[in-house]
Amino acid sequence: MLPKWFNDWNKDNPTDIFGPAILVGALGGAVFVAILLVTWGQPYATASMQTGPAGTGMSVPEFKAALAVPDPTIDEYYTEEPYVPEGAEPLAKDIYENVQVLGELTEDNFNRVMNAMTQWVSPEQGCAYCHGDGDLETYGADDLYTKVVSRRMIQMTQTINEQWDAHVNANKEVGVNCYTCHRGENVPSDIWFKIAPVNEASGNWAAVQNRATLISQSTSLPSDALETYLLDANQIVVHDLESRVEGGPAGDDALPSIQDTERTYALMNYFSNSLGVNCVFCHNSRAFYAAAGEVTPQWATASLGILMVQELNTDYLVPLRDTYPAERLGPVYADAPKVACKTCHKGYQQPLQGMNAIADWPELASSEPPEYE
Amino acid sequence: MAIREYQNFFTQVQVQGNPEWGMDDNGQMTRERIGKPGFSALVGWFGNAQLGPIYLGWTGMISLATGLIWFNIVGMNMLAQVGWSIPEFIRQLFWLALEPPAPEYGLSMPPLDEGGWYIIASFFLLVSVMTWWLRTYLLAQEHKMGKHVAWAFLSAIFLFLVLGLFRPVLMGSWSEAVPYGIFPHLDWTTAFSIRYGNLYYNPFHCLSIVFLYGSVLLFCMHGGTILAVTRFGGDRELEQIVDRGTATERAALFWRWTMGFNATMEGIHRWAIWFAMLTPITGGIGILLTGTVVDNWFIWAQEHNFAPIYDGSFGYEDYGSYEAFIGQED
Repeated sequence: MLPKWFNDWNKDNPTDIFGPAILVGALGGAVFVAILLVTWGQPYATASMQTGPAGTGMSVPEFKAALAVPDPTIDEYYTEEPYVPEGAEPLAKDIYENVQVLGELTEDNFNRVMNAMTQWVSPEQGCAYCHGDGDLETYGADDLYTKVVSRRMIQMTQTINEQWDAHVNANKEVGVNCYTCHRGENVPSDIWFKIAPVNEASGNWAAVQNRATLISQSTSLPSDALETYLLDANQIVVHDLESRVEGGPAGDDALPSIQDTERTYALMNYFSNSLGVNCVFCHNSRAFYAAAGEVTPQWATASLGILMVQELNTDYLVPLRDTYPAERLGPVYADAPKVACKTCHKGYQQPLQGMNAIADWPELASSEPPEYE
Repeated sequence: MAIREYQNFFTQVQVQGNPEWGMDDNGQMTRERIGKPGFSALVGWFGNAQLGPIYLGWTGMISLATGLIWFNIVGMNMLAQVGWSIPEFIRQLFWLALEPPAPEYGLSMPPLDEGGWYIIASFFLLVSVMTWWLRTYLLAQEHKMGKHVAWAFLSAIFLFLVLGLFRPVLMGSWSEAVPYGIFPHLDWTTAFSIRYGNLYYNPFHCLSIVFLYGSVLLFCMHGGTILAVTRFGGDRELEQIVDRGTATERAALFWRWTMGFNATMEGIHRWAIWFAMLTPITGGIGILLTGTVVDNWFIWAQEHNFAPIYDGSFGYEDYGSYEAFIGQED
């Protein structure tokens, strides 16, 4: 193919071209990358937030590019300042029929809250999502399950803000309102249902794990962690708090097992992903348990969150099961939808990145009639 | 030319010709060798280009058969767990496992689907591993070799037995054994460390890491040294042991001048085998003590003054704020 003189010349003049070519290529490539980095900057620069005592390596890293983009749902948040009553206005419970919650509000404020709930929960369907297509006179009816559920959810929101102030306002006033979970959707994202057992042809411990599921965070850890700890309220216990204790994994007074540890680990994975953090956000990883000196304020806040979620599921969400239509129930057990960390946090350390969700909504901040300022 | 070819990180010379059959001085030694020997250039890049024949023998037969039974019990259980769906089996393969029984069964025989298969599979694996060990012993005997490989293998088997037999028996529950699965056995490893208060504070775990990393270092030093002196015949290590030549002299001088000490052509192999054997031996001791003698290694380490206890000044003022982190600080 090539001319004969060319092949002959090559044969007579053997030259190692690979060595120089590799050298030049490697050096040239390195120079090229260096110039790119100097002129365009490090594309994967990270920032970290210190979460523990100096010297323990406790910090949460994040890409600067990700930190620069705020939670997109913050922009879509609707809010409206209250109308401060002058004292003589009639109240919602006197004007409208069947007002079981929010009845102490003035008409202006009642409608303000109703409008906001529409924006937060059913921006497309509007009032009809809960009140049906009838005239205003029919709005008192409890025909639609959505309205019955909403009423209970308002009470739940008030309870969260009032009773669980130490969790939702742990760092500053943040609070929750409907939007914290719903974000403009009829059904909030990141709710959960029971799915265990996940394996066929196996029972007990072998049946509830080793499948990539949403609840196991795509790990092979157990898929029953949320129901075990956040619904059935089993105690989270992994360690022995002395260097040697009596007992073993079997028997009536059994010590925590490897299995308990794996289930806890599944729960902790869920926590991490729900808040967009790592283990050392709360824990000094040299000793994961809450021994003296190892507890961070974040750990305490999260512990309160566990109790809060248990109460919300037990007192508010599970009892609504028979109120929901079939399509709102779980795929395996037809159980009521339940909440956990991610339902509010959506991957952020604080829901809506710490935006104050109750500043304009004293009506939702307490079960008592609101006090306007 | 041929000498020059050895001075490389990669194998460039391989021998192919008439298959080498080995000794058969009593006319009996080929009786259990099977397979027609062949050559593979690909295999030759990594070792001897000749493949086969292989000696099976009764130990090999039993070991392979029981090993296959174990493999199939594990695989069939995984397949059954996904409802005999091949696509789902492939998709979930790294997640699936054959799990040991739950803690409430203790050391009793649980129902098949709750760990019974695990016990049966483990029995076959035990037979398989132990007959393979016997194979390394008997074959060494037949070759009139020392039994070093068998003893080294036994040190690894010790760790295997600690994990799956000795420790579960001492703890009184098969639930302490390791699941047979890709990710699940890694989950077990993490959970084991966390359950017992952080295995990094277990001194035998420390020792095992030392020997493991030491093995890596020694392996690299020795391999590098021998490759570096092959041009002087250093790759003929056995001859160099009894008749030290310039290769050995140079290698020894290199290390003695570098760090003041050098192993010998023979002694370096004692270093290597002891480091390698001590890795699972010390590790196995550490596992054996966990949950049986010490239940929380971190607290144990604090009691023995090699893990510090915080004095109460927790340094809250150093914590970063979330507002600053996301750039919303007022």
